Amino acid sequence: MYKAKDGSEIFIIDGHVHLWDASPENIRNIHGKQFIDCFYGYHASLSPAEQLWAPEKFAKYGAEQMVRDLFIDGPDDMAIFQPTYLKDFYKNGFNTLEQNAILKTRYPDRFILNGAFDPRDGEGGLDALDAMAEVHKIKGVKLYTAEWKGDSRGYKLSEPAAYKYLERCEKLGIKNIHVHKGPTIIPLDRDAFDVADIDHCATDFPNLNFIVEHCGLPRLDDFCWIAVQEANVYGGLAVVLPFIHSRPGYFAKVISELLFWLGEDRILFGSDYGIWTPQWLVEKFMAFELPDEVMKETGKELTLTAKKKILGENAARLYGVDIAAQKTKLSRMEAKVA
Amino acid sequence: MTDRGQVRIDAVRAALDQVTDPELDESVVELGFVIAIDITDDDGVNVDFRLPTYWCAANFSYLMAADMRDAVLSLPWVTRASIRLDEHMFIAEINDGIAQGKDFAEAFPTEASDDLASIRLHFGLKSFERRQEALLRHMLSLGHDPVAILDLDVSGLERLAFDDEGIVLRMRYLVRRPLTHGLPSAFVTRAGEPIMPETLHVYLRHIRRVGLNAEFNGALCRGLLAARYGTTSAALPPEPGLADFMRQGQAPRPHGTDIRRR
Repeated sequence: MYKAKDGSEIFIIDGHVHLWDASPENIRNIHGKQFIDCFYGYHASLSPAEQLWAPEKFAKYGAEQMVRDLFIDGPDDMAIFQPTYLKDFYKNGFNTLEQNAILKTRYPDRFILNGAFDPRDGEGGLDALDAMAEVHKIKGVKLYTAEWKGDSRGYKLSEPAAYKYLERCEKLGIKNIHVHKGPTIIPLDRDAFDVADIDHCATDFPNLNFIVEHCGLPRLDDFCWIAVQEANVYGGLAVVLPFIHSRPGYFAKVISELLFWLGEDRILFGSDYGIWTPQWLVEKFMAFELPDEVMKETGKELTLTAKKKILGENAARLYGVDIAAQKTKLSRMEAKVA
Repeated sequence: MTDRGQVRIDAVRAALDQVTDPELDESVVELGFVIAIDITDDDGVNVDFRLPTYWCAANFSYLMAADMRDAVLSLPWVTRASIRLDEHMFIAEINDGIAQGKDFAEAFPTEASDDLASIRLHFGLKSFERRQEALLRHMLSLGHDPVAILDLDVSGLERLAFDDEGIVLRMRYLVRRPLTHGLPSAFVTRAGEPIMPETLHVYLRHIRRVGLNAEFNGALCRGLLAARYGTTSAALPPEPGLADFMRQGQAPRPHGTDIRRR
């Protein structure tokens, strides 16, 4: 819960969190080492100095630290787990649904658990998706279209094989399709950043929501263009928001573009924890005001109403969270703990 | 170092300065990617370069390496050019491929399904829009009339009297102008179609996101490069405005660009 200056309470749903294990014991090969080093580069280059972690802590911070950073020291009311398997790089995987589920069991009202699928897994993958829906009651998935698999160097979400999975998602009530289109894992000649496939899916599956993570960086321009045409396309702010500290001028221009092309109803906050922690991100976002000349350029304002939507209300709508009821549940839980 | 040696290093650096990262539309020298230039006794040139992450896309990396090789070989006195990428997922494929003069598909026979020409054109057109927007906004800020601007043909634009900044922006724009065909007008859309004075501001609003995207990515890549090679984020240069990287004399010098003769 974040308390605004006027005393009003703002409900925060962190749309993008991870609990990963990149400790030396779990690293399978050089790629696993380079992968976490690259994550650390994001952390080190965009965090305020007083928020910097040592590389050892960053590699494996653990469940206790996470709960503290999100809900106790941090302002999150709820957080959405986005799994990242990477079993080719990490012995037990980097951040799997199964690991996340342990924390969900302990804090059922705090976490929303998302699954994953890969259309290249064929019929077996569809069965696995059925099982995920049944066991974990997932309402969303996180997809990495650029991930390698055997000889394949990624896939497009507009391919027939992917459509089978999207049809299954519709049937299972998995409405939120988070797609990683951003700083990516091993893109080769197939353009992993290209967001054109989302354009097709969003038209063909109007009942599903497509949340493009990192707003399609480094193709923010193409992303804005498809998002303006498709009402069920959303932008996740992970990686974009941390610029608010070191590059506030750029952040102002980018958020202003997003407000112009997508509007305040289709932008979702995400810390990308553990790359960044929500406490400073939310603090700075709440204090942030668009400079006049930027507002003049797009004619859009970043109002308190817009901030509330971005920080929680939009995600609540997508995931069917009744904010008032959830607040009551969470305060009862805290009373019990105390 | 002899004067002759320094002159030649400067010449190589100037040639490399014309090579851009296709996604960021900025010089590989300005970005701090080039770390060493070495000239051998028999006038061969060795260039070492690095990228912000181990994962930087192989196709873009290959494209930059090939462009650097061609830029160095364009100098008349150079007998051979060796371009070496450091610490990358595909270091062997890229370095060997460039050394043997292979194209991208030959260097990655089992993975690549495309050559680099389509990528080059795709990002060339984005660069065209970015540079066009910067020039148009500059001309409007100088008080040029929109109707007169859009009436100009290419030679008319070339003849126009400009301030120093306008000269640089015009030069950068005209390098990309041939990528679009169609009308003889100086200013056309990426599809070669006319731009109307009454909708000019809507058009500019529309293409603005292209430049912004490039700037934002540039900031991200500079930060990652600094984090990877040991300069801290505190050492980042002051925040530039959106078109600063295209303006002569105002481009912030990147830290860590330690070009030296070994």
